[in-house]
Amino acid sequence: MSTLPATPTAALDGILQRHGHYPTELLQILIEAQDLEGWLPAPTLTYLAQALHIPRSRVEGVAGFYSFLYTQPVGRYRVLFSDNITDRMLGNTELMDALCRKLWIEPGKLSEDGLVSITTTSCTGLCDQGPGMLVNGRAIGQLTHRRINEIAEMIRQQRPLDLWPAEYFQISDNIRRKDSLLNLDMKPGAALSAVVEMGREGWLQEVQKSNLRGRGGAGFATAVKWASARNAAGEPKVIVCNADEGEPGTFKDRVLLNSYADLVFEGMTLAAWAVGASEGFLYLRGEYRYLLPLLEAVLARRREAGLLGRHILHEPCFDFDIRIHLGAGAYVCGEETALIESLEGKRGTPRIRPPFPVTKGYLGRPTVVNNVETLAKTCLIALGGGEAFAASGTAQSAGTKLLSISGDCAEPGIYEYPFGVPIARILEDCGASDTQAVQVGGAAGVCLAGYEFQRRIAYEDVPTAGAFMIFDGTRDLFDVARAFVHFFAHESCGFCTPCRVGTSLLQGFMDKLADGHGAKADLADIDWLDRLLKNASHCGLGSAAPNPVIDTLQKFRPAYERRLVSLDFEPAFDLDAALAEARQLTARDDPGAHLQTHEEEEK
Amino acid sequence: MSPTPVPARKLRVATTSLAGCFGCHMSFLDIDEHLFELVELVEFDRSPLTDIKDVGPCDIGLIEGGVCNAENVHVLREFRRNCKTLIALGACAVNGGLPAQRNHLPLSECLREVYQFRPGLENGQIPNDPELPLPLDKVRPIHEVVRVDYFLPGCPPSGPAIWKFLTDLIAGRTPRLANGLLHYD
Repeated sequence: MSTLPATPTAALDGILQRHGHYPTELLQILIEAQDLEGWLPAPTLTYLAQALHIPRSRVEGVAGFYSFLYTQPVGRYRVLFSDNITDRMLGNTELMDALCRKLWIEPGKLSEDGLVSITTTSCTGLCDQGPGMLVNGRAIGQLTHRRINEIAEMIRQQRPLDLWPAEYFQISDNIRRKDSLLNLDMKPGAALSAVVEMGREGWLQEVQKSNLRGRGGAGFATAVKWASARNAAGEPKVIVCNADEGEPGTFKDRVLLNSYADLVFEGMTLAAWAVGASEGFLYLRGEYRYLLPLLEAVLARRREAGLLGRHILHEPCFDFDIRIHLGAGAYVCGEETALIESLEGKRGTPRIRPPFPVTKGYLGRPTVVNNVETLAKTCLIALGGGEAFAASGTAQSAGTKLLSISGDCAEPGIYEYPFGVPIARILEDCGASDTQAVQVGGAAGVCLAGYEFQRRIAYEDVPTAGAFMIFDGTRDLFDVARAFVHFFAHESCGFCTPCRVGTSLLQGFMDKLADGHGAKADLADIDWLDRLLKNASHCGLGSAAPNPVIDTLQKFRPAYERRLVSLDFEPAFDLDAALAEARQLTARDDPGAHLQTHEEEEK
Repeated sequence: MSPTPVPARKLRVATTSLAGCFGCHMSFLDIDEHLFELVELVEFDRSPLTDIKDVGPCDIGLIEGGVCNAENVHVLREFRRNCKTLIALGACAVNGGLPAQRNHLPLSECLREVYQFRPGLENGQIPNDPELPLPLDKVRPIHEVVRVDYFLPGCPPSGPAIWKFLTDLIAGRTPRLANGLLHYD
């Protein structure tokens, strides 16, 4: 190992300067500081703490929280295999093993020459074109053995990423079905002109008439949120677009940002007009960092066109601009209060609500946090009016919904449907056959079995943020649930004990069953843990973490029962093997030096 | 038909200490004068109090200490077979406790350090008499080896906590320790 390089203080000073030495920018500063050497050596953390006049423990706490920040050296080529269940179904495990073998390293370890490190990461949102990976933050989809061979070779030759074949980095939108939003061809500024014409009050009334509800899953009425923020005391008010699309199986926001960024930014500006906000943030998940240049270009173009900045559309009191804030690999930051903490440069620990962000959000100011899709949809309302918007969909779910469809089907990708569409219709459209189950809403969502395929996508029936993962008859739903349990255990923020310990215990039980040590008593313990997580967790992550287990235990119980080796109790480990080391040390092999794993055999 | 009266029968209780320090048993004795009430309600099977060597059919089994060797496994299994209700008593039974501190070291290092490399030791060797139970590679909390019905944490649980727990059980209530009685240290 080489010795630590001297801290490049001049470069760090430049980064600090660009961020005005604000401690609230700590996360952004750390992300940029990491770009210097690929990781964050201890002297860098110390230097930043001193320069920002904050305790070093806070800097270390933030650096240690986010998966994409490294306080230990990582390879010059940092390879992260996306590990959603859909990636696993497409063979990511085998591909990762193959790459590790070719490069002579173990997963999670750094190669001796510091060239490469390979490990897994949570869903990177390439489920429709998986298996996916990130190499130094850049996304590659459709991995095959051939691609893996080539990647191994290019890493060995130390070829710079810019010289890798361009088609590797081509991420497709895969839009399969368009409805009102994806068919909208809007000239930037058209929706804004319409709402400025209506006046702030008139615009808010249109949003109210539209019955628009949040597309992030919770379905809160957008007009109510906006009005609460508008009426709350405190300035300047803030609009946040939540593009921390971390729910496994969801990738609609990636497509909206890639091809409909103007609608998203215009939606944020429409929100600002209604609320009277002057500051805007797009919280972009670290996995989508490769979209940053494109998004910055769109923002620059909008500023030039007078659609952002001071006196938008020549309105004297309409100032609003948008900054992009990068996340760094933390699912929990999709929760709006954790997201705000992260925006403030802290660990993404969810806050206690109330107060809600609409009254006390970013830096204690009134803050609206809306999903990417929700904001894009407001353009439709601005152009066509609230009543027209409310006319489609169902009684309680107005408009359309983008679904991110992946898993066992012929045509995975983005499908836009009016709310109320039955599951069976979607399965038919995307060419799914022999479907055993559908996971709607991601890991935190609901697992639907065949007898429920007449149910409909709508807040009043099957609500969803957009993930729609299909499992055919060849899949084992226990494996699916176990993958999600691992995901939650990894993504638990660690703040509250029920979630931190509960997710990890639940993972232990699922692994015990998977390893062939399952017993009936474990199912009772799993039930108990499910209830504990649901009732005692601090935020939605913990209370949703048992969902995949609860659903599959109810609907696919035999998948668990066939794994039981005892109808009573079974240790998770081999008792006789636990004596092996002592046997070796004492050179004993008498009967007393052995233990039967099963008690019955002993009697 | 009138319900058959349940014959008044003393509950049978067994206790043992595995990889523990007998601190939980000492704490048990701290129920002081309640001991007189207790012997009206229960009779003791295998326990350090009776010096009975093998446990017979019981209602309640109290286990102090974690599982550190083969003998602990046998005793624990015998208790499980015989006790309708099995209780992990104290930090070591619940979590492995202090003895589990060796878990982050390889067993061979622990034994060699103690029996071979300790200063002043000449030609020391690791004991290998078949009479001695072999140590497990890791010290385990008892619920990893058998099914456990209740957990009573504390290092040790206080006398009043043990008394409350036992009287709940004897009276047919699900044991529940209020704030103050429930603690982990």
